[in-house]
Amino acid sequence: MNAEQAASQPDAAEPNTAIDAQATEPDKPKRWVGNRLPRREDPRMLRGSGRFVDDIPDPHAYHLAFVRSPVASGRITEILTEDAISMPGVVAVLTSADLGHPSLTAVLEREEFVPTTMPLLAKDRVRYAGEPIVAVVAENRYLAEDAADNVWVEIEEMPPVLSLEDLGRSDLPVIHDEAPDGVLVDLQMFTDDLLDDVLGSAPLVLEEIFRSGRVTAAPMESRTCRADWRDRDEQLVLEVSTQVPHQVRSGIAQALGVPERKVRVIAPDVGGGFGLKCVVGREEVVAAAIAMRMRHAVRWSEDRQENLIASFHGREQEYRIRAGFDDEGRFVGLEADIRCNIGAYSVYPFSCAVEPLMAATELPGVYKVGRYAARARGFASNKPPTAPYRGVSRPQIVLVMERLMDKAARSLGLDRVEIRRRNTIQPDDFPYLGPNGITYEPGSYVEALELCAAEVGKAGWREQCERQDGLLRGIGIVNFSERTAYGTATMGMRKMQMTPGFEVSHVRMDASGDVVVTSGTCGHGQGHETTFAQIVADVLAISPDRIKLRQGDTDVTSFGWGTFASRSLVIGGGSAAVAARRLADQLREVAAEMLEAEPTDIELVDGHAQVRGAPDARLTIDEIAATVHFRSHTLVQREEQLLEARGSADPPGMFSNAAHAALVEVDPGTGDAQVVDYIVIEDCGVVVNPMIVDGQVRGGVAQGIGSALYEEMSYSPEGQPLTGTFMDYMVPTASEIPRVAVHHLETPCDQTETGAKGMGEGGTIGAPAAVLSALNDALRDYDADIDFVPVRPADLLAVLEGTSNSERRLETA
Amino acid sequence: MKDQHLVSLTVNGREYELVVESRKTLADVLRSDLGLTGTHLGCEHGICGACTVLLDGEPVRSCLVFGVQADGRKVRTVESLSDGDELNDLQQAFSRHHALQCGFCTPGFLMLGEAYLSTDPEPDREEVREVVSANLCRCTGYQGIVDAVCEVAEMRRSKDREGTP
Amino acid sequence: MKPASFEYHRAYTPEEVVEVLTELGEDAKILAGGQSLAPMMNFRLARPSALVDVNTVAGLDYIRREGDELCVGALTRHRTLEISIADDVRDGFGLLPRAARWIGHYPIRSRGTVGGSIAHSDPTAEWCLMARLYDAQVVVLGPDGRRAIPSEDWFTGFLTTASGPDEMVVETRFGRPRAHGALTEYARRRGDFAIAAAAVAFDVVDGRCHDVSIVLGGVANEPLRLPEAEAIVEGAAPEEDTWTAAARSAAAAIRPGSDLNGDDHYRRHLVDTLTRRAFAEALETGNSR
Repeated sequence: MNAEQAASQPDAAEPNTAIDAQATEPDKPKRWVGNRLPRREDPRMLRGSGRFVDDIPDPHAYHLAFVRSPVASGRITEILTEDAISMPGVVAVLTSADLGHPSLTAVLEREEFVPTTMPLLAKDRVRYAGEPIVAVVAENRYLAEDAADNVWVEIEEMPPVLSLEDLGRSDLPVIHDEAPDGVLVDLQMFTDDLLDDVLGSAPLVLEEIFRSGRVTAAPMESRTCRADWRDRDEQLVLEVSTQVPHQVRSGIAQALGVPERKVRVIAPDVGGGFGLKCVVGREEVVAAAIAMRMRHAVRWSEDRQENLIASFHGREQEYRIRAGFDDEGRFVGLEADIRCNIGAYSVYPFSCAVEPLMAATELPGVYKVGRYAARARGFASNKPPTAPYRGVSRPQIVLVMERLMDKAARSLGLDRVEIRRRNTIQPDDFPYLGPNGITYEPGSYVEALELCAAEVGKAGWREQCERQDGLLRGIGIVNFSERTAYGTATMGMRKMQMTPGFEVSHVRMDASGDVVVTSGTCGHGQGHETTFAQIVADVLAISPDRIKLRQGDTDVTSFGWGTFASRSLVIGGGSAAVAARRLADQLREVAAEMLEAEPTDIELVDGHAQVRGAPDARLTIDEIAATVHFRSHTLVQREEQLLEARGSADPPGMFSNAAHAALVEVDPGTGDAQVVDYIVIEDCGVVVNPMIVDGQVRGGVAQGIGSALYEEMSYSPEGQPLTGTFMDYMVPTASEIPRVAVHHLETPCDQTETGAKGMGEGGTIGAPAAVLSALNDALRDYDADIDFVPVRPADLLAVLEGTSNSERRLETA
Repeated sequence: MKDQHLVSLTVNGREYELVVESRKTLADVLRSDLGLTGTHLGCEHGICGACTVLLDGEPVRSCLVFGVQADGRKVRTVESLSDGDELNDLQQAFSRHHALQCGFCTPGFLMLGEAYLSTDPEPDREEVREVVSANLCRCTGYQGIVDAVCEVAEMRRSKDREGTP
Repeated sequence: MKPASFEYHRAYTPEEVVEVLTELGEDAKILAGGQSLAPMMNFRLARPSALVDVNTVAGLDYIRREGDELCVGALTRHRTLEISIADDVRDGFGLLPRAARWIGHYPIRSRGTVGGSIAHSDPTAEWCLMARLYDAQVVVLGPDGRRAIPSEDWFTGFLTTASGPDEMVVETRFGRPRAHGALTEYARRRGDFAIAAAAVAFDVVDGRCHDVSIVLGGVANEPLRLPEAEAIVEGAAPEEDTWTAAARSAAAAIRPGSDLNGDDHYRRHLVDTLTRRAFAEALETGNSR
């Protein structure tokens, strides 16, 4: 079934408004943007013929296994590899010294930032349990693991710095000599001399501490790669499960001291990333180094235990807040001291500053907070490094702001929706310049809140909360924005040494009229092959079936930045739209010559180029393509050959917004909490494919619920990871995730090519706050004041028994 | 010395004879000895279900079965569901209901779904949800997967009632 | 996470299993469903030098009634007990198919075996709880022939049993059929190992509870019978006050310890809840429903 046929199939689930419009207005050209077009990616994934890195056949490649640190902190005193080298099938056993001590260093060009060098293999110190020390190269993974068991590493163990409570303890060894107090970044982002006075005289001042537990993205495909030197291309080719192929290339270039041209990075099908794969991993660069050195293909597949305990984590944060309100519940001032536990090193290239930066900059969200001051710090610990996990700090800042709204409402006897209404940036306020220096363009902040409250009413949740069946029920309603698609100018403010932002697309039409679009983005489940084709199809007036997206290959696409930060559809799709418009101009130019008309009189409609007002004077676009390629001698007016165009996009960034509501049930007998219903009102501007947007929302909400109730990376007092399996690190199953009703508002964005905004992280951003708010509501008769996630049954029991304090109980067993 | 065994097994209707080391999991035999890479490895400890295949008609986690144990047995993997270009009803329902995003966990869910549907269940959303909770997905939030399996259960039941083959 | 090397042996009769185990020595293990053993081997936490595959052993996949005993062959899959047990066979043991539904997920139940679970001796495993609840006899075959070990002597510690190194579980004989039974568990996610579990069985004779068993899972190294709590229920009226008193006794009787899932206090609260609910549910579900 092709796109045309698929688009005309009745969809039982939800009405297809674009196609319905087509049915009633057959004279209007078909529009693909807005269509719930079935995904181009689906058939191969459903057949099992997806091409993930480990699916690429290469029976002769060597396989890597890593010997990893058994302790959280220590000095390496000896590494003995002789036993391992002599084992069956072992090709080499390599240490950092053997590779020349390669490393990665992420740099933020700010005084307040302390760069840390992350050796690819631990050099003389180990800084987290699971840190890779030795690489074993063997004929297959089974044999590599056998040999890894026989490498002996002697480590003088040192006591670890684990939690924020450990900071500043003089009895604990310094993790990086360059940062004796453990602070890797200290950003006093915003100051306001009047804030103290304002808070001092405010009718209501809340002083609160909020905490968020360490989590990990846990994509279903762990990290994996295959590295191979190709003589003919004079290149190291790295096939890798990544979100950022160009940045991986740069990382390899930096770490191994080779020119970028000598490295090609290819991301085939990628099984999820969520930010864990938008940084450069050490092991992949080690594989590249070994492949170059040995002139032989080398593979590495991260197993799930490695993925959980030794790759990248996120969101271990604490917020110390002072918030002042007038007697109508309006913010007069907000002060935040934010501390992020960012692990042992800065990740490349984003650095450890990304969480503190985003937290301090975006905390106010959709609210007018009056005066604002924020300081954010990133602290080193003997845990794996923090990478930008979906939402980055925004799940936390939304949790903070929404709990503040709930608390202020309770203190002042206000309705929780009303207090939000009073504080939200109003439609008349746009463009709104906040005390955080951000100008917010129009969004539906108030409308989303109102619609959310209305939907909660329609769904009968309040009646459900009245039920007397032994379960306690509560509702949480939260409202927030999500910054998306920020280009170079905005990214530049972070002062990263490598500033991401733009994308460049090429669009080429071949002799048969089919189109290839390239983009520097790198999809891993977001359906780019479908949505980018929809965008380009509308511009070129051809079917999306005829349009193929090529991304994820540094040799095939222009330099770009990859897929993260909810940027791809807007920036990648935007650059494709610009390129497609230029290609459309070329088609009109050629058609004009072939039809003896002016280019301005040519319209592209449903696979044809025709003269406006003279529908008989027309050609198929395929005919144009064939003529351009095979009969170019008949076209004398054109100066350029072929049908190819380039386009770029670099928007300033814009805010989507959403309101979420959660209904939770708490069983006092077990302390169990279940999210039983969930509503999302979201506004991401023009929606290219509503089915895909809904999917992103639902998947995000599931991860958010996971971090609210089920997931935490826990450590023993010695720094041993306690949650290294899927039994202990509890990714939710279908039984823990309710149906999520999604409603769309549409505030088109005039800063993007398509009017769309990004939205990929919103689900994860709002859900922890919604669930936490609902839990506190469920236990409102027990003076609940739960200000941390994840919330466990024992925590709820403590509230019910009146024995809790709002301090987070110790994370260690 | 590797402990190797001659194994005869039928996979997706085709017979194979292989020499296999005893510790090699069925998942690895399928993927690397037979090139059937649709079955994926997500955890190798029996929780995520991405490696689910049918072993003599029953759903199993192939990371927890050794290849040698499949001797004399019939295995079905995701590659057996489609007929050339034609996707089967469950696969089509997955696409219709957006039951996949990155696609990595999808083969496991399809085989789990096929196994469940082969028990000719009365379509019941709560029961389907329970069955689907056997596998992990990090992308979709599961709603599309539950919708797809429910829909196909209903479709197959009404086909049976109508007596169509 | 690939397992370490081992020698693979296949057996076709129980006697052959015993013979091979004796030959191979202590480092050899039986491979039945593999749902517990294979993950441990993949983590290299278990490194048996040899595995004896018993999936090919004939004659151990059955569920039969012999008088008051329900006899389950060791290689009966969990799934079989869940869905294929005839009404007359399960009379008085109606809880067993319901207990099976708590075991992991469908694909785990397809493969895992009752004998394997009994031999593995996890204190939250449903068949281990059922074995103690119904005073089961565990029948093993060894070099010296068959012997039956009462379940109270079978579970000797965390993941340890009274089995000899070259003995194989061949049958579990559940005894003491009763009209009422229930198992309640609490886990964070569907299908996870229980944080705690409570199983009860009893008859009601002349309006009084009779022949009461209470077993807790997940609170000790083995499934825990609670004679004090049982004594409270024995002869008492089947009503809420009785359940409450029994539950209180159960919660007080345990020393559960703390871990990521909860501390001592939380687990006692949980046990109290689960015990009460198990009794309430057992009363409602009559015989073999």
